[in-house]
Amino acid sequence: MKRTNPVKFWAQRLSLRHVLTGMVLLWVLLLILFPLGGMFQKVLAAEPVSCLKSLLAPSARLSFKLTFWLTLGAVILNTFFGLVIALILVRQNFRGKLLLEGLIDLPFAVSPVVTGFMFITLFGNNSIMGHFFDEKGIRIIYAFPGMMLVTLFVTFPFVIREIVPVLKEYGVEQEESAYVLGASSWQTFRKVTLPSIKWGLLYGITLTIARSIGEFGAVLVVSGAIINKTQTATLYVHQQFTDFNYTGAFAAASVLALISFVFIMMIQFSQKKVKGGTWE
Amino acid sequence: MKSSTNWPMKTECLRKNVFCLRGLAVGYIGFLILLPIAALGASAFHSGPGAIWRETTLLRSMASLKLTFILALMTVILNIFTGTATAWVLVRYEFPCKKFINGLIDLPFAIPTVVTGIMLVVLYGPNSMIGAVLGRFGLEIIFNQPGIVLALLFVTFPFVIRAVQPVLIEMEKDLEEAAMTLGASPFQIFFKVVLPTLLPAILTGAALSFSRALGEFGSVVIVAGNIPFKTLTAPVYIYGEIESGNLTGATSVSLVLLTLSFSILVLIHFIQRWSRCHETD
Repeated sequence: MKRTNPVKFWAQRLSLRHVLTGMVLLWVLLLILFPLGGMFQKVLAAEPVSCLKSLLAPSARLSFKLTFWLTLGAVILNTFFGLVIALILVRQNFRGKLLLEGLIDLPFAVSPVVTGFMFITLFGNNSIMGHFFDEKGIRIIYAFPGMMLVTLFVTFPFVIREIVPVLKEYGVEQEESAYVLGASSWQTFRKVTLPSIKWGLLYGITLTIARSIGEFGAVLVVSGAIINKTQTATLYVHQQFTDFNYTGAFAAASVLALISFVFIMMIQFSQKKVKGGTWE
Repeated sequence: MKSSTNWPMKTECLRKNVFCLRGLAVGYIGFLILLPIAALGASAFHSGPGAIWRETTLLRSMASLKLTFILALMTVILNIFTGTATAWVLVRYEFPCKKFINGLIDLPFAIPTVVTGIMLVVLYGPNSMIGAVLGRFGLEIIFNQPGIVLALLFVTFPFVIRAVQPVLIEMEKDLEEAAMTLGASPFQIFFKVVLPTLLPAILTGAALSFSRALGEFGSVVIVAGNIPFKTLTAPVYIYGEIESGNLTGATSVSLVLLTLSFSILVLIHFIQRWSRCHETD
């Protein structure tokens, strides 16, 4: 009996293959590329001078600056704590570990508005914590600390999710031998563990950056979107859009879309090194 | 000799470090994740179960929850078909600019949701060409439910694909070959051999996209027009209640969404355990 390769078998049914490929391409074109193209066309059709002017307006510049600081904070804190948490989850056993693991994914599942609202109930005017910080003169809600907290919340899982599978696959043998040969735990981490998880870590950081730049709902609820004060880039786009200042909205939105495009390219690049193992 | 005397001290030091690190990890998770959830629970307790129940069963909050649920379900069903087909085409077939298309899949994760909303308004809004043509036939996409589904489809696009793709790549082809030599038709092979292997991945992707669709805010708030009973989804409803100072209303609908998120996470956990059980069989 003739053994046929399944790839060849499917390839022989050209009609099915072509129809499927065509349908998928059409779907991607209509759903993803069309809207992208539509917006860039609008920006290109507008006067470049007025676009540039709206991007250089003080409130626009301030909003991008604020987004930058939030992103930087999220990257630093969530990379550090993400490394610690991932190491502990993979390398150690303790009571309540399963619960801890379950909690990691929670920020992915919670609606951003609910996230923002949870932090309002925690630090708002009527809460105990809010009262405590208010007496010390520290504002959390409608100010930078609150925005930082929600950004940390929504980007929390990325680094952990990317490192955990790599650490699991990598095993402990090399770390153990380094340790037995007299390396300190810090040396072992820096010279043995870190190089092996480098690409996964980079991928996680890229996702963290992309998400913190794009976060809208949670930051909107917590910040109050005060112009020139607590307005991030996405909030600025929203405000310009609702004020019918379309040139400003489209220009800023295109800048954000371009930034995310660059990050996608970076993700593609690092994904080749990680071999995909993401999103389960 | 020297190193052997050092060992107890070294392990003692290590143990201290380990406890320090563990405390740091638990503390961070407790502060960042658990505390806000506890605060929401405390706020609900403070309002009293009666008030929470009243606010949840209000006609307008029930309508928003129902709308969100139905639209999310529609999105997920569409995603299951299109996502599996896209993953299949990307893994099994060769065609021009495949790498580019594969790169595009992740784009919805990276594009800010507000930008997504604006892009859809630009393309399909009443002032656009497509919107004007469809408007002549009485079809309205933006500021209506089709627009919401479109936005949800955009933001949840990668989930099923990215869940199915790795499984499809690693799938052994001998089973398919065996079925083929035994005379199974391509449809039989797909439904009896390929689909059972892919099912856990498809369900995981579907559950992830369902939870994302339930919670989506940024793109929906721009696209939907937010008309109560018609295009007001639950997250937008919560936002409105916060803005108008009705914190009990916001708390009650938030609790419903949070419970749904929890259940979906538990569901994904069980799907994955189930698929692991099958692997070892």
